[in-house]
Amino acid sequence: MEIPNDYYFTDEHEWARENDDGTVTIGITDHAQDLLGDVVYIELPLDGDPVEQGADFGIIESVKTASDIYSPVSGTVVEINDELHDTPELVNESPHDDGWMIRVDPDDLSELENLMDASSYESFVGEEE
Amino acid sequence: MADNATDKHVPLEHRHRDLGARMTDFGGFQMPVQYEGIKAEHRAVRENVGLFDVSHMGEVAIEGPDAIAVIDALVTNDATKLDDGQAQYTAMCNEQGGIVDDLVYYRLGPERVLAVVNAANRDKDFDHMTRKADEYCADAEATLTDEGDEWVQLALQGPNAEAMLQEMTAYDLDDISFYRGAFAEVAGMEMLVSRTGYTGEDGFELYCAAGDGEPLFDALLDEGEDWDMALCGLGARDTLRLEAMFNLYGQDMDETTTPYACRMGWTVKLDKDTEFVGEDALRNQKESGGPERKLRGLILEGRGVIRPGYSILVDGEEVGEVTSGTFAPTLEESIGLGYIDSDFTDTDSVDIAIRNRTVSARVTNNAFYSR
Repeated sequence: MEIPNDYYFTDEHEWARENDDGTVTIGITDHAQDLLGDVVYIELPLDGDPVEQGADFGIIESVKTASDIYSPVSGTVVEINDELHDTPELVNESPHDDGWMIRVDPDDLSELENLMDASSYESFVGEEE
Repeated sequence: MADNATDKHVPLEHRHRDLGARMTDFGGFQMPVQYEGIKAEHRAVRENVGLFDVSHMGEVAIEGPDAIAVIDALVTNDATKLDDGQAQYTAMCNEQGGIVDDLVYYRLGPERVLAVVNAANRDKDFDHMTRKADEYCADAEATLTDEGDEWVQLALQGPNAEAMLQEMTAYDLDDISFYRGAFAEVAGMEMLVSRTGYTGEDGFELYCAAGDGEPLFDALLDEGEDWDMALCGLGARDTLRLEAMFNLYGQDMDETTTPYACRMGWTVKLDKDTEFVGEDALRNQKESGGPERKLRGLILEGRGVIRPGYSILVDGEEVGEVTSGTFAPTLEESIGLGYIDSDFTDTDSVDIAIRNRTVSARVTNNAFYSR
């Protein structure tokens, strides 16, 4: 399983990546998409909606099951990944990159410190299995 | 895990693990839920061929001069209509007309019946069948035997199932028509081969002695390489059966539902000669206007996925509940089954309460998919 080094991770299996412009991109991890199986539908917030660290901001549906998606940081949505509307399988194919979900203008970047780094997340996933 | 989960095992369980299947508990058995992925496995069965291990299903043998009379007293369908080698789908009810199980049984000979029951119901069914056989056919000469551990059942399903299986047997599979079975040698082993399944595609179910399960599985994997055969799990089995609008016991029906409530009225033969378990209750229900709620198909018209437990609404009032729901890979839309109050079963359109919103759904009584 691939775990990008410069990402931050939640115990609900979302990731957060700090971009050069100070925004944060959010998605679900390779491990999460593997557990869900074939993703068929994703419900995301709208541009300008607020999100809160630890609170759900969307729903991801696979053939098997429906799951909430929780935000790794608090802030305001500045972009959503429109590609997921017609090609939700991007989450399976490229969970850490093309399958990103929302980009957020964070209220407080130091919130990222509450999350796991790649090596902590790797052991967290290991313990879960 | 609580209760009896995972304490029962099918003979091929270690093979599924070795081949990389993701496993799940189903009816107390550890079974593969998926190999490559539900959508890919589903597509393989619709377009090519897929192999399922369904050995968790139970088998009950009824043998003796009165075998046919005994099964006829236990089930709602008419077992006396069968020829040797013919199979029949039926409900098996309790005295209240509630469904104890749905099953397929084969008339293997004038004195031999093999009933195939759901995994989670194996013990319950055998107990029910032996008790009711004593009650209804006290003087009958027939014995019931729980053979659940003696058979391995594999399902080879899909438009190329026949061509592939024909490579493995000298028996002319053309001679086995729909819902018929025959004993044939496959890969050198004698087994029951029937043209049955739970996918809505053409295909076969193979019942072999448990000890032959692994050699048969290997032979199918071997031949399957030439056909690009997919190994399939219970996930795809569920999406395939739902597209074909087949009920799943424990989800779409149980002991509180009668065959009339769950689109299985066609399996109830009130006029057959044998008195059968549940007959009076079923006749009463039919003559007094039918069940209070009926199972209907649902096709979601907006975005989202129908899931079991969601409420079904008409004009904001709850009129029913979803019992099965999924995203249908072949149809590329969400479908489901749910009970709707009989006053509303002729409604064309309902709303489904999906979490924090409602999405409209068409109501149908026809299979979502047919080949």
